[in-house]
Amino acid sequence: MYTIIDKIQLTEGIFKMIIKAPHIAKSWKPGQFVVLMVNEIGERIPLTIVDGNTYEETITLIFQVVGKTTALLASKNVGEQIYSIMGPLGKPSEIKRYGKVALIGGGVGAAEILPQARALKQVGNYVISIVGARSSSKLILVEELKSFCDEVHVCTDDGSYGFKGFVSDALSNLIEEGYRIDYVYAVGPVPMMKAVSKVTFKHKIKTVVSANPIMIDGTGMCGVCRVIVGGEIKFACIDGPDFDAHLLDFDTLESRLKTYIKHERKAFEDFMRCQCHG
Amino acid sequence: MGNEEKSLREMPQLLPIEERISTFKEVNLGFTEEQVKKEASRCLQCPKAYCMAGCPANVKIPKFINAIRQGNYKRAIEIICETNSLPAVTGRVCQVEMQCEKACILGRKGIPVSIGLLERFVADIALKRGWKRFACDAFNGKRVAVVGSGPAGLTVAGDLIKLGYEVTVFEALHKPGGVLVYGIPEFRLPKNVVEKEIKTLEDSGVKICTNFCVGKSITLKEIFEEGYDAVFLGIGAGAPVVLDVPGVNLGGIYTANEFLVRTVLMKAYLFPKYDTPIDFGKKVIVIGGGNTAVDSARVAVRMGVEEVKIAYRRSVEDMPARREEILRANEEGVKILQLVNPVRFIGDENNHVIKVELVKNQLTYIDETGRSVPVPIEGSNFYVEGDMVILAIGQKANRVFTQTVPQLKLDKEGYIIVDYEAKTSLERVWAGGDIIRGSATVIQAIGDGKRAAASINKTLMSNNI
Ligand SMILES: Cc1cc2nc3c(=O)[nH]c(=O)nc-3n(C[C@H](O)[C@H](O)[C@H](O)COP(=O)(O)OP(=O)(O)OC[C@H]3O[C@@H](n4cnc5c(N)ncnc54)[C@H](O)[C@@H]3O)c2cc1C
Ligand SMILES: Cc1cc2nc3c(=O)[nH]c(=O)nc-3n(C[C@H](O)[C@H](O)[C@H](O)COP(=O)(O)OP(=O)(O)OC[C@H]3O[C@@H](n4cnc5c(N)ncnc54)[C@H](O)[C@@H]3O)c2cc1C
Ligand code: FES
Repeated sequence: MYTIIDKIQLTEGIFKMIIKAPHIAKSWKPGQFVVLMVNEIGERIPLTIVDGNTYEETITLIFQVVGKTTALLASKNVGEQIYSIMGPLGKPSEIKRYGKVALIGGGVGAAEILPQARALKQVGNYVISIVGARSSSKLILVEELKSFCDEVHVCTDDGSYGFKGFVSDALSNLIEEGYRIDYVYAVGPVPMMKAVSKVTFKHKIKTVVSANPIMIDGTGMCGVCRVIVGGEIKFACIDGPDFDAHLLDFDTLESRLKTYIKHERKAFEDFMRCQCHG
Repeated sequence: MGNEEKSLREMPQLLPIEERISTFKEVNLGFTEEQVKKEASRCLQCPKAYCMAGCPANVKIPKFINAIRQGNYKRAIEIICETNSLPAVTGRVCQVEMQCEKACILGRKGIPVSIGLLERFVADIALKRGWKRFACDAFNGKRVAVVGSGPAGLTVAGDLIKLGYEVTVFEALHKPGGVLVYGIPEFRLPKNVVEKEIKTLEDSGVKICTNFCVGKSITLKEIFEEGYDAVFLGIGAGAPVVLDVPGVNLGGIYTANEFLVRTVLMKAYLFPKYDTPIDFGKKVIVIGGGNTAVDSARVAVRMGVEEVKIAYRRSVEDMPARREEILRANEEGVKILQLVNPVRFIGDENNHVIKVELVKNQLTYIDETGRSVPVPIEGSNFYVEGDMVILAIGQKANRVFTQTVPQLKLDKEGYIIVDYEAKTSLERVWAGGDIIRGSATVIQAIGDGKRAAASINKTLMSNNI
């Protein structure tokens, strides 16, 4: 059913996979995701739909290996099958003409802003993207982003390429330099989204982040993906994953993400050990 | 159950307690054939069968028991299947003490016939021997889409395939069965029983498309565009209610849905063989009093935690869970704190729950549901230690589908409004099960499915649409 059509390693630990999934390819919209199980005894994990091709009936996923399931997925090769992929899930992002927009992607988040960039450009926005990585070798998709964006700003933590520092600092600098930005969309690790939100809150810029809590079913049934938005409990899988950054409680999101850290580490270590010993 | 009961009716074989608490094996092993004969002979064969009226699916109880008496199990299962498409399931999970067995005449003076266990016996034989329960008519040219593969959806699928319809079931999850596979645990309803029931349907020609979330993967409009003549919505209630008290988002606090999905569906108890983890504490507190609460408590017991407590706001007698399961839970060491409400969850420095503040309740006036209303007693607050809390305080309507069809009429709580034939406000769309009545029961979902299937058949055959 869900056959891997292509697999490309973008950088160390980040892979792009093109997978056959006809009904998702047909109906997905930017901001939506799939829930995937690599095999029957696997975990269900959410991944953003980066692209879709109706003609080839495929979708593109870009993921970073952070634990057992992503490592297992990365170990699959072209021609192999994925057990279950369900989607597109979540509410599509609000794509409209905002004016000047800044898309911020930290790490693998650069992949998740790609569909946003394409769609926001199409409706006539001036699109700036700011992507960051630890060092130049870890940067991904800069060329692809350049093809859709009016400006691409690159940051590295070690200064090996572009601006030395975090994406939130780069954004802050642009604003202080006098850039008028009407809308910000940020995806990445929670601390990064939180930092971006802090910057834009100060400057009263409408900001949306893609919340990334742990998920299981992705259909609003289990409640594990609950986040607090403006003091209210919301389920990221059906009410989001996009939320107003200035209303989202990042601290609760971060502490809930750590619930399974011990188990995750064990599963990952066991898996890597098995891989090494054949 | 008391000794008096034992002397009056046959008692099922149970797995020894020591074995129960360390495995997920089925607890109630059912009747032997000899017991079945004895129990069936107790039935009075009342001409006016109150038991039937007590069954939401109107199973022809005296008639199937009579077939058992004659040793004709094949006939017995055929009679049951006229009105109940999942007898091996209902024979295990029906709330019999509230339904058929409550209405049984014998029960008025003494102990009712064990109708549920008789049903289970013949259903299990039928599954084991692979008896075909019905023949299918030739394809009648009509196609029906069923959304959701819980008991309501499966019933509609079974009834319509019989009548010659082409039936496709769309299920969002990777496994069909609804609550039967993601909620009710293995020790009460073995998953191979559910799988066999579903296999029977598939063998009759029902097509099941898993990983299809209707409204997302395919819209209602697209289903009709693909040429389906009618749609049945059996999407369940399936959204957890999250208690609105301080500390509810601390680590270690689960909704029962998450807890059961992790353990029952994703088999977290087999971690790390299965990949889905769950973080078990030492002291577990389950909030609630229904089947979901009791099931969660009994799953926790089997994970080897030190203690498991259920905290329920009314009295034990008012608990909506099946009587039998409350008894089994007690035997397995689950403690029940009655007449209490949680007020606050308290966490440690890592934001992980360590205790729960509860307040005592007193029962006051009787409300419209016939139960007394609990009211907190001021100043009666106390603390119970617990490093894992499971919230089993009810379900609400899941919006994943309904939010995509604004024209569909819902009540104020988000449940789909239907008429007496299970028709919704949309043309050629029917609905049944938990999504029309809130958390209810398997047999009610089956009853709804029966009603809807009959109405779909009537409509499609008469209008010739
Ligand atoms: C809506 C949504 C879209 C996502 N899109 C993408 C994507 O396009 N590409 C991508 O690489 N990742 C994406 N993620 C994150 C991805 O789901 C997790 O990285 C994945 O579940 C990890 O699984 P694992 O078994 O490999 O690691 P685990 O062993 O489960 O986790 C390893 C580490 O990752 C952290 N982690 C676990 N779940 C998440 C999560 N949901 N988000 C962030 N960190 C997590 C854990 O805290 C832990 O430190 C998305 C998450 C959500 C909710
Ligand atoms: C833990 C627990 C224990 C229980 N114990 C008992 C018991 O002992 N006895 C009893 O009689 N009842 C019991 N119940 C209640 C009983 O299980 C339900 O009343 C019954 O399952 C409802 O059936 P349903 O067909 O309406 O929906 P469900 O069984 O909820 O099935 C609905 C299905 O629809 C799917 N779905 C939802 N939205 C979509 C969509 N958009 N597209 C595709 N698929 C979708 C869901 O994934 C699910 O599989 C229990 C419930 C729980 C949670
Ligand atoms: S992932 Fe289960 S409710 Fe959102």
